[in-house]
Amino acid sequence: MDFLQPTSWAEALEMKAADPEAIPIAGGTDVMVEINFDHRRPRSLMDLTRIEEVRGWEREGSRIVIGSGLTYRRVIDEIAGTLPALVMASRTVGSPQIRNRGTIGGNLGAASPAGDTHPALLAGDAVVEIESVRGLRQVGIDDFYLGVKRNCLAPDELIRSIVLDSDAGPAYFAKVGTRNAMVIAVCSFSLGLHPRTGRVRTGIGSAAPTPRRAHAAEEFLFEELTDLWHSRADLDRSLVQEFGRLAAAGASPIDDVRGTAGYRTHSLAVLARRTLGWAWADYQRGANSDRAEDVN
Amino acid sequence: MRVSCRVNGEPVEVDDVWEGESLLYVLRERMGLPGSKNACEQGECGSCAVYLDNEVVCSCLVAAGQAIGREVRTVEGLAEGEQLHPVQQAFLDAGAVQCGFCTPGLLVTTHDLLERDPAPSDLQIREALAGNLCRCTGYEKIMDAVHLVIEQKAGATDA
Repeated sequence: MDFLQPTSWAEALEMKAADPEAIPIAGGTDVMVEINFDHRRPRSLMDLTRIEEVRGWEREGSRIVIGSGLTYRRVIDEIAGTLPALVMASRTVGSPQIRNRGTIGGNLGAASPAGDTHPALLAGDAVVEIESVRGLRQVGIDDFYLGVKRNCLAPDELIRSIVLDSDAGPAYFAKVGTRNAMVIAVCSFSLGLHPRTGRVRTGIGSAAPTPRRAHAAEEFLFEELTDLWHSRADLDRSLVQEFGRLAAAGASPIDDVRGTAGYRTHSLAVLARRTLGWAWADYQRGANSDRAEDVN
Repeated sequence: MRVSCRVNGEPVEVDDVWEGESLLYVLRERMGLPGSKNACEQGECGSCAVYLDNEVVCSCLVAAGQAIGREVRTVEGLAEGEQLHPVQQAFLDAGAVQCGFCTPGLLVTTHDLLERDPAPSDLQIREALAGNLCRCTGYEKIMDAVHLVIEQKAGATDA
């Protein structure tokens, strides 16, 4: 096995072009498990933890550019209050030890349908910056996930950064699991209000072959909220109920060891109603997810 | 592959490391440091927790090559010679050690928690230790041990 240790982004792209089968490794929370259990024997590993250019994040106006190597720990410590749904999702990842190592880019690279950050990235209308020696391309998060643990990366490409708008509006993430740590989601849901466009975006986790949006539920709110964005009036109970029903209908869950399809459908409706209620209450107060600090 | 890094303050170098080995394997099988325990090998149990450049990580999930040039501190590096670290002594005094398999990981994680926050709440303690599984104690004695260190530290500061 080769162990590639690029120390700059340019060097990493060169190495990936020369050895497209090289498996990128950062926190190792997926790759090392596969190697430890002999489920995978990559011909070469490419360590991305020494590339400072992608280990941080920066603010460009209201745009937040997150390096693919930014750990969950730093997302939680440094971005809290700015990207509330992503921060909430990051808090639910694994344990402190896992959050110290695991990265946002790793979550995207693995593209597990159960990955915790995916729903928040979908609800936040993230853009993924993907690069190779051939150039940089920007892929909307809607086009990123192709199948179970499959994403749109070409063999010579690496994920450079993830771009989100910090001024979008209130956003929440909620997850169902059997305990508060070390839990792969039974299902998860994220919702982001985008008042400037009159849109609400959603993200469903662990209840379909890929993370996905609940399009019908979003369209329903687009119609129903037309006048409410201005009045900021309370949402009718029936509206919230119908949103929950449509959000759950947007999933295609299966029965597995973590839960049944029926339970997932039921709980997704609950999570959708709750996240809409929380986010709308923040919007009514003119706040940007006040409760981000309290919700875990 | 040659792996050289600092472990518990000392420079260490080992050769013929297979590139797919974990830091945990290198520590236990090549560096003679079996304190960090090998249990789940998937980051679930925390019994292999070590410091890597001052952050607590599961050493089973660190590829050996990722540790090259880094600073590693294991449970063996907590005590000063024969003098146990106060966290270790508190685990003994509180009866927080039964079979002992989870203990090294819990010691390192507790050490890290108290370095960053000398007076955490119960909720913060439980959250900080959430990645360390113990099948014997039911965790209450572990909570007692953490409280014991906090009280001792507070007492030492007051005096």
